[in-house]
Amino acid sequence: MRRRTEWRIFWRTVVGRAYPRVIGLQRERSWVFFDVALPLLQVTAFVYIYRAIQAPPEFTGFVVLGGAMSAYWLNVLWSMASQLYWEKETGNLQLYIVAPTSRMAILLGMALGGIFATTVRALGVIAVGTLIFRVPMTVTSVPALLAVFVLTLVALYGLGMLMSSLFLLWGREAWHLANLLQEPVFLLSGFYFPVKALGFAVALVASFIPITLGLDAMRQLLFPQMMEGLKFLPVGYELAALSVLGIVFLALAHQALRFFEDLARREGRLTLRGQ
Amino acid sequence: MSWEELSIRTEGLTRVFRPKRREARGQRREIVALDRVNLAVERGELFGVLGPNGAGKTTLIKILATLLAPTSGRAWVAGVDVSENPWEVRRHINMVSGGESSGYGLLTVEENLWMFSQFYGMQSGEAKRRIKELLEVVGLADRARTKIYHLSTGMRQKMNFARGFLTDPEILFLDEPTLGLDVQTARTLRAYIRDWMDRHPDRTILLTTHYMYEADELCDRVAIIDRGKVLACDTPAALKRTLQREAIFRLRVAALADPKALFQGVTGVHRFTHAARDGCVELDVVLGDENAILAVLGGIQRAGGQLLSLEKREPTLEDVFVRLVGRGLGSGEGAGA
Repeated sequence: MRRRTEWRIFWRTVVGRAYPRVIGLQRERSWVFFDVALPLLQVTAFVYIYRAIQAPPEFTGFVVLGGAMSAYWLNVLWSMASQLYWEKETGNLQLYIVAPTSRMAILLGMALGGIFATTVRALGVIAVGTLIFRVPMTVTSVPALLAVFVLTLVALYGLGMLMSSLFLLWGREAWHLANLLQEPVFLLSGFYFPVKALGFAVALVASFIPITLGLDAMRQLLFPQMMEGLKFLPVGYELAALSVLGIVFLALAHQALRFFEDLARREGRLTLRGQ
Repeated sequence: MSWEELSIRTEGLTRVFRPKRREARGQRREIVALDRVNLAVERGELFGVLGPNGAGKTTLIKILATLLAPTSGRAWVAGVDVSENPWEVRRHINMVSGGESSGYGLLTVEENLWMFSQFYGMQSGEAKRRIKELLEVVGLADRARTKIYHLSTGMRQKMNFARGFLTDPEILFLDEPTLGLDVQTARTLRAYIRDWMDRHPDRTILLTTHYMYEADELCDRVAIIDRGKVLACDTPAALKRTLQREAIFRLRVAALADPKALFQGVTGVHRFTHAARDGCVELDVVLGDENAILAVLGGIQRAGGQLLSLEKREPTLEDVFVRLVGRGLGSGEGAGA
């Protein structure tokens, strides 16, 4: 009975917390410009570089896909990891803590709401980018592509949940971490080029960011011929690694949330604003 | 009353804040926000914690609401230790803080309240029914579909107030719930609090306030707290009875330069407070014997002051507070004698 009540609260919390993000998409239409048009400008710059050096047309596809996936990375950094900082500043965090619900449910709600809103944006980038630049795509396996996409998001948002626990304790200090990670990850994860170009060792280290493996696998599944000599690891290995990363990040996030919440309660930082 | 029948109990509850080294600039001065506080709040009680800003009221509520850990001592809410099992405590409580700015600006009032209700596992239909009912009570029914970034501070506070009652908690913490609200709204909310307690005799409210009339009007019992220590705890009537052997006068005096100098050499004055109001000085004077008022009036005349009004009044909780701590509850008030 008690377990049933806990599950009911868990899932209602997930839906409740996802709601503002889903509804926000309808109510703040400016995202069409800021989250589709502006990222396309960056994509366009890379497309013209590749065209200028007469790279094969598939490289345009690499860039469009990277541009679309960058929306998820930004969402994880600024609307997932650092979200608890904002929640503390507005006074929502203390209401989350006082409620008889799981922090994981709140973060999962944020994540699902974020994934929904970001997917709309990412699809916008892919649709417009593919139309404008006439990207040649061949989907070799839809189920494999879906599996890679889903596992990438699970691992990526798991990492976001893990990072968000840091914001329970540190405010602005953790903010610097998010700032520090934004641009280097665009480079290390190969958002605009196949990650193998960085060398095996660097790509291996960068694989701790799930989007590195996700992008490489998706490129292999969408541009199989071009990726033949450029792939980092076989898709099967990358799927397995993404599964492991997903489980590890979610488990660590669960433990870290408890640990940092207890620590923040002892240090009086759960409700301390303007840190 | 047995321990099991208590909604809230604290034993030697202490919270010390230690500033970070870089914040303290070499002076690592500890702040004792709560100092060995012992309280016992019975089920069904509306219990007030009255004290000035910085007295430790919010720290107390944060510990009881599992937002802050005590440095030492223990606290139980609904019979559960807040340090050992905060998860269990949260099943029994809700909290409203004055001046809260919680919620999401893009959502409407009813959507925000619905979202918070989901964190307690409420059925959507039941939540919507309760939201409608509570918005009527707090006078926000016509704003139910307004996005909250369009609301004034007072309206947001009303919404937060409704949020606290929405989940029908067994124990509700109200931290300065009428802070910053206009008189009429504050009165409406106080009336609702009292009515809710009358309709739910098994519920408990712990309310902190620095408005003495709020504590006096609402609370079954009041703890007076200052600098982290509980100085007295009883019913408002019993607390005021402790002053009944004294006579309290309120005087309004114009053209009085130094109110403190007025009482020099005047015998029989136990305490006084003064505050500038509407261009004159309002003095509350507590006398051991009411005949001493003649000496006070003589002092006013000697000081060149002009007496505008004189009234003998019943003791208030503020008088009790002044007797206990030697200063008034409001800021800018002096005290002496």
